[in-house]
Amino acid sequence: MKRYSAFAIAREAARFHSGWERAWRSPTPKKKYKVIIIGAGGHGLATAYYLGKNHGITDVAVIEKGWLGGGNTGRNTTIIRSNYLQDPSAAIYEKARSLYETMSQDLNYNVMFSPRGVLMLAQTHHEVRGYQRTAYANALQGVKTEFIGPQKVKEICPIMNIDGPRYPVLGGLFQARGGTARHDAVAWGYARACSDMGMDIIQQCEVTDVRREGGEVKGVSTTKGEIDCDKLCIVVAGNSGHVAELAGFRLPIESVALQALVSEPIKPCMDIVVMANTVHGYMSQSDKGEMVIGGGTDGYNNYTQRGSFQHIEETVRALIETFPMLSRLKMLRQWGGIVDVTGDRSPILSKTPLGNCFINCGWGTGGFKAIPGSGWAMAELVAKGHSPLTAEFGLDRFKEGRFIDESVAAGVAH
Amino acid sequence: MLILECPYCGVKAEETELHGGGQAHIKRETVGSDDDAFEHYLFTRANPRGVHLERWRHANGCGKWFHAARDTTTLEVFGTYPAQTFEPPKDIIDAITAKRPDWSFKNWQGAT
Repeated sequence: MKRYSAFAIAREAARFHSGWERAWRSPTPKKKYKVIIIGAGGHGLATAYYLGKNHGITDVAVIEKGWLGGGNTGRNTTIIRSNYLQDPSAAIYEKARSLYETMSQDLNYNVMFSPRGVLMLAQTHHEVRGYQRTAYANALQGVKTEFIGPQKVKEICPIMNIDGPRYPVLGGLFQARGGTARHDAVAWGYARACSDMGMDIIQQCEVTDVRREGGEVKGVSTTKGEIDCDKLCIVVAGNSGHVAELAGFRLPIESVALQALVSEPIKPCMDIVVMANTVHGYMSQSDKGEMVIGGGTDGYNNYTQRGSFQHIEETVRALIETFPMLSRLKMLRQWGGIVDVTGDRSPILSKTPLGNCFINCGWGTGGFKAIPGSGWAMAELVAKGHSPLTAEFGLDRFKEGRFIDESVAAGVAH
Repeated sequence: MLILECPYCGVKAEETELHGGGQAHIKRETVGSDDDAFEHYLFTRANPRGVHLERWRHANGCGKWFHAARDTTTLEVFGTYPAQTFEPPKDIIDAITAKRPDWSFKNWQGAT
């Protein structure tokens, strides 16, 4: 693989850009792999990457029904933060956030990580107390956050109206090293690095069955034929319930639609990410100038990647009070993604009832920020059979009542 | 926008008038049930890509719970029925199988 660099740009400019290589190969599947990963989204590709980089396992296939990074990796609002209340969450999300810091250099691919700061607004007295508690918890966990007052909020984000009648801003939880990254580039960067290590990324290949033999997975049947494997890793987000059913087990997960929308591009006016959990909205400004807005989930199971219109209206209506300048903006486009939500709103990174099958799912509405940490931990789990980062996130926590209750800590905008 | 007819008051209610309540026909466990059964009852949920039976509440209307048969991949609604039943009535099953001939209640994820 030729490295990307300023020198490479100059070299290609001199020869009419005729020398750029394909970023990854599109091979036909082999008969057998050591590890098959179902799902070439961020989490699946990151798992493959760290299997190769940290554990030396490169006989890996990543199988994707659609196209690479075309699911929730390409549909989220690109927010990266790690200000969680519970210790297991803080550990894995902070691992992910710290890996984002060096990801561009590590992958030799510009993921445009922008640690511009994430501010979670406290707009009720309950939220003030909740976020103060989170700030103290973060201090103990080694995650750098601070609780700031309304004047400081106004200073950081001048376009905000802090004394609205319905939702006054009473303070906020600020994580200065949180931010955003280019979501597609994260998937593309991992894919390029995986392909370079000799892994096969097989797109347009749907898994139609998981072949089992005596409590173990033997391989998968796909639209491109049967492929055998020693270990199987299911990383399919919204479709986890469906693939788990093919593998013969059931999950404590329901799939619902989560929506986002962007405005027309405007001049730079907000250089942080703002989350307002009371009103179910979160917003940042993209490098193109669009205001990127995320909302809440629908209240019913859905696989259509379309959500209910009233959620958009509710989100925008609520945000307008805090951001009055939004009221004159036209919205450019809107989309939905299918998120896999667990009972305690925390992910599942776990062994399964099948001996050599692993599952990574349940990231719900907050998966993008976790991609590198999730891949790092999952690769360790697949390679070694255990990982300190995944220990608390097993499927057995539901039976044993060891929930990682983040719905209280994170509210809706997870 | 999702529109469901409330089987009690006959109102064709749109989504903002309703509140989703998740999977229908969950078998309740009680004293004497083992841990696996309790885990299944409390946390495991049917999440089919296709026909789903679910609970809805006519929250901003008569306030009663009812059941709906819906397809999660097309958002098609097959019908609604009162909640005082262990399985969908015949007319609902007929409406589903008219369009999904392979579907049966006993093979629906939530029935097991």
